[in-house]
Amino acid sequence: MLKFLVYRVATIVPVLIGVSIVVFLMMKLIPGDPVEAILGPAATTEKIEIVRKSLGLDRPFYVQYFRWLWKVLQGDFGTSIAVNVPVSQLVWPKFWNTVLLTAGSLVICIVVGLGVGIVSGTRQYSWFDRLSMSFTLIVANTPAFWLGLILMVVLALYLGWFPATGMYSMRAADKTWADLIHHMVLPAITTASVSAAIIARLVRSSFLDVIRKHYITALRAKGLSERDIILRHGMKNALPPIINIVGLQVGYLMGGALFTEVVFSWPGIGLQIYSSIVARDLPVVQAAVLVTTFVFVLVNLGTDVVVAALDPRIRRA
Amino acid sequence: MSVVNLPLKDQRTTPVTTGADAAAEARMFRRPSEWRIFWEAFSRDRLALGAAALIGLVCLAAVLAPVLSPYDPTVGDNSLRLAPVGTPGHPLGLDGQGRDILSRLLWGGQVSLAIALLPVAVASIISVVLGLVAGFFGGKVDMLIMRSLDVFFAFPAVLLAVAIAGVLGPGMLNVMLSITIVLIPYISRVAYMATVTVKNELFVDQARVSGARPRQILFHHILPNTLSPVIVYGSTLVGIMIVLGAGLSFLGLGITPPKPDWGIMCADGRNFLLVAPHVSAVPGIMLILVAMSFNIVGDGLRDALDPKLRR
Repeated sequence: MLKFLVYRVATIVPVLIGVSIVVFLMMKLIPGDPVEAILGPAATTEKIEIVRKSLGLDRPFYVQYFRWLWKVLQGDFGTSIAVNVPVSQLVWPKFWNTVLLTAGSLVICIVVGLGVGIVSGTRQYSWFDRLSMSFTLIVANTPAFWLGLILMVVLALYLGWFPATGMYSMRAADKTWADLIHHMVLPAITTASVSAAIIARLVRSSFLDVIRKHYITALRAKGLSERDIILRHGMKNALPPIINIVGLQVGYLMGGALFTEVVFSWPGIGLQIYSSIVARDLPVVQAAVLVTTFVFVLVNLGTDVVVAALDPRIRRA
Repeated sequence: MSVVNLPLKDQRTTPVTTGADAAAEARMFRRPSEWRIFWEAFSRDRLALGAAALIGLVCLAAVLAPVLSPYDPTVGDNSLRLAPVGTPGHPLGLDGQGRDILSRLLWGGQVSLAIALLPVAVASIISVVLGLVAGFFGGKVDMLIMRSLDVFFAFPAVLLAVAIAGVLGPGMLNVMLSITIVLIPYISRVAYMATVTVKNELFVDQARVSGARPRQILFHHILPNTLSPVIVYGSTLVGIMIVLGAGLSFLGLGITPPKPDWGIMCADGRNFLLVAPHVSAVPGIMLILVAMSFNIVGDGLRDALDPKLRR
């Protein structure tokens, strides 16, 4: 297990370095001169030269990259062009809001995905199975931004059960968890929809596989209750691929949350990326993408470790 | 892994011809062509067949938009703003600027379908080359190609697409470029895995032993077998990319208005959700139907292309 852990951690180092290079280059390859963008069209040539030197943009690419990386490692992502505050001040609180939304969606994904998947998988071709599989097929192909709009119209604007936008009520005194959760319901359902449907379908097929194994038949012959067989013995073998896909979906949720955040004005990292793109505020985009990807890589690492811990066949391979 | 082009010679024994019409007899008992085998398996799946028909219909309607579209998709009639579904002369109603939704749906189909189909096609070609080269040659080439792709794999896909499209600026070409970049690592992995699996199959060893050159092995034996998983995966991806492409347009990162596409149409309706929900609902339902169809066709292709699953 230790060997697996060391090996797996070692593999993410080159990936993270690669990610940082890609993010760095992405901002370098944009058409247009960043200095001219900062100074505006009226800038003189000398002034452009001075600013370029002060930003270190006259140095070779690799020097610029290592300088940038060194700062990033210290938590310094530069200064936002649009609002002129340190990027880190802007990004981290937003990132936390996205983590909250992702966590909420993940709970829905796991509860709905596992629940529907297990019931469908153990009662193949029942009316519930047929209904839920058609339904998940539709939901898995529904654009999140569109579902968000529909939920907003029906449940927020028409029925008034939930607030339509934002994370807290306008009155500052109201910043309670209950208020937060009330605001989170619709965005979380929207973000979770596609992933929950995919997880449900995968859980179903995973259980269908396991339930046909001989050891399950043996347990039935021994007279164990169906509940014990499924939840105790079936679960053990069905779980590793499920955890694998759930881990992958966490990354999907963090990315897909972008659409939800724009639709529901949830002040997360996705909305920040979106508004920074619109404002051409590239240092913020750069930092936000880097932070989210970094966490995504760590989540995937965590998933692999959990799966290996649960499944001895994988960690010995 | 599927092995599509394995000869099926031994499965049908040629009977002794006694009649005069030996040619017709021979035709009857000849091994059916690969296309025929595939089509027979695929057409047995009614759902997939229906979905494929729907896709064909939608594509045809989009291509024929200049002929079919009853109105100009960019010019509105302000007297009928937000008229509901079923208005005489405007079966799907009108949007916030009084533009005919059916016309916009037809013209928008061109963009929405192209945004997904072209990147998937281009990315598939690039990925097959990458996966084939990495899987077949192995060693350092494998390391270089697959490890660099791992880097792009590390980004959450939606985020990468939004970031690239955002950095490049709005425009249809930029959206397609961003989707292509996002897709390459995913499809390459599928092509790579297929190549490695097929490379170790016995029939490849057999070809090698009988003196086939590496080029022959690569193009005649391995390539055909890496194509089928890529085609299956690709057709599912088209559905997902239609949704992603629409999402990018929804954010304003896609084509520039007033040209329509299904994502922009959903966004257009945002301000009239309570008074005229059809403005957003109609293009959204279209997106779901088409995306779902590609998904179903993908499943159907998977079953039809896999000799172990068909029959």
